[in-house]
Amino acid sequence: MITGTAALPASSPLREFATSYARSRVAVTALIVLLLILAVAICAPLISPQDPYDLAQLDIMDSKLAPGAKNGAGWTFLLGTDDQGRDMLSAIFHGLRISLGVGVLSTVVALAIGIVVGLIAAYVGGWTDAIIMRVVDLQLSFPTILIALILLAILGQGIDKIIVALITVQWAYYARTVRGAALVEKRKEYVDAAVCLGYTPVRIVLRHIMPNVLPPLIVVATVQVAHAITLEATLSFLGLGMPITSPSLGLLISNGFTHLLSGKYWISFFPGLALLMTIVAINLVGDQLRDVLNPRLK
Amino acid sequence: MLAFILRRLAQSLLALLVMSALVFIGVYAIGNPVDILINPQADQAEIERVTAALGLDQPVWTQYWLFISAAFTGDLGKSFASNVPAVQLILQRMPATVELALTAMVIAIVIGLPLGLWAGLKPDSFAAKSIMAGSILGFSLPTFWVGLMLIMIFSVWLGWLPSTGRGETIEVLGLHLSFFTWDGLKHLLMPAINLALFKLSLLIRLTRAGTREAMVQDYVRFARAKGVPENRVVSVHVLKNILIPIVTVVGLEFGSLIAFAIITETVFAWPGMGKLLIDSINVLDRPVIVAYLMIIVFLFILINLAVDILYTALDPRVRLTGMRG
Repeated sequence: MITGTAALPASSPLREFATSYARSRVAVTALIVLLLILAVAICAPLISPQDPYDLAQLDIMDSKLAPGAKNGAGWTFLLGTDDQGRDMLSAIFHGLRISLGVGVLSTVVALAIGIVVGLIAAYVGGWTDAIIMRVVDLQLSFPTILIALILLAILGQGIDKIIVALITVQWAYYARTVRGAALVEKRKEYVDAAVCLGYTPVRIVLRHIMPNVLPPLIVVATVQVAHAITLEATLSFLGLGMPITSPSLGLLISNGFTHLLSGKYWISFFPGLALLMTIVAINLVGDQLRDVLNPRLK
Repeated sequence: MLAFILRRLAQSLLALLVMSALVFIGVYAIGNPVDILINPQADQAEIERVTAALGLDQPVWTQYWLFISAAFTGDLGKSFASNVPAVQLILQRMPATVELALTAMVIAIVIGLPLGLWAGLKPDSFAAKSIMAGSILGFSLPTFWVGLMLIMIFSVWLGWLPSTGRGETIEVLGLHLSFFTWDGLKHLLMPAINLALFKLSLLIRLTRAGTREAMVQDYVRFARAKGVPENRVVSVHVLKNILIPIVTVVGLEFGSLIAFAIITETVFAWPGMGKLLIDSINVLDRPVIVAYLMIIVFLFILINLAVDILYTALDPRVRLTGMRG
């Protein structure tokens, strides 16, 4: 598997990459939206109109105000308030921060574990490989939601536990992909050459095989972040994910669920919209990256 | 062939044992169910009596051994909360889940196959592009949120469909089903569509890819050259060939539909197994959690085994490599 970046001419690979990315207007829009979302998530405490988790700033009199409503003190709540008088816009900004943080962190760790395990399986082979792949196969034959549910039923609630669960459901997929790609690389001549030069196995794996396996995987991982965010939101919605003290978007949606039936849609709807925009933007950007970096489509 | 099946069977049994040990020991580690079951004012003697009655004073290995030997006779323990055998509790809820999953699968096939076929036959048309964009949405939208939006639109705003429960059921062949009453059907519609959405997108993509591949094959060109009308080329030559992978996927995905029903059942308060699992996790009803997981793990292993064996029977290439590996 030849990496996409290596196939670009050396003169200005970055510019060429940007040009071919910009060929799709949808993808450019998605990228801008995604960057905005990231900026909001990172700057949430600075740009939120209110600190949604400072109880001193909340007034129960403001509870369940419709979007655009003003309270007695002249505050305007653009997206309304929840049952505790919390400004939904601020809650969503903070929720985005938590959701994205959990999604990115768990994907990065899972990717790292998957790479290490996959490389070991491919290079060492034999029994090690057989055992690792049996575990991977066993895990991949069950839906992720089920594995995550089992784990969270066992571990209980908490932000650290949900990260552990998200890592556990993701690593096997990367391990299998890395192993497959590494096995292909292992048979190539440059690896033979490196062996003849007397390099240590660790150096061959890290400096020769890994760089050739990694790039396509990173693109896959981009899209996986969206899956991780969705899964976390789903688990939080089921009441098994985030604790009430760190409300991700999923938990915000879940809190609004009871009020949805009485017509107060905004408590659930807007966090859902934020979730949706994030997921769709990540997917569109990931898809375009894959197309641009795929040497076969050039 | 027989040796292959036997070996796969042994592997499946091993997987089942491993999963049961993981689940049992894991679930054993969560909290103490006695705290929840018993009156907070109970004295130490009462607590010990209940602990002993539930067998919780034994070491974990003894508990696991008792559990696994009972499991082989179909006994997965009694629910702490309701004192009814866990298996019975789950089997009572199973028809609701299976009914929901089957309806969802039928919706996915009936809508997904024609749309996928259309998108594959006219890949550059506006309709095809819209279908594909829709399928991306179907893939990426979180199931639970779509469910909420369905409730918001069709129950709260329009008031057309009920948002919770199964509605009126009638007994068909000893099972209570919603499908055959008007009220039940109204209750079933939204959850089934919600659950179907993901599989629908999957089927659209599969059918489209299969169709595009088949359309350039020699047998299609030959059929055209022979003067077979285009309708017949599509409905007989193409459809027959792309149906094999689709049928496999539909079979394989049925298990995951049952698992994903957990979400839909929670959103729509559909009284199935998934709702039971979430309720049991919330009250730490250990035997029901373990029994549910065991039953679903068993189901998955069974489905995987069946697909493997069917593959071997159908495809000589798999048969040969399967024998060696």
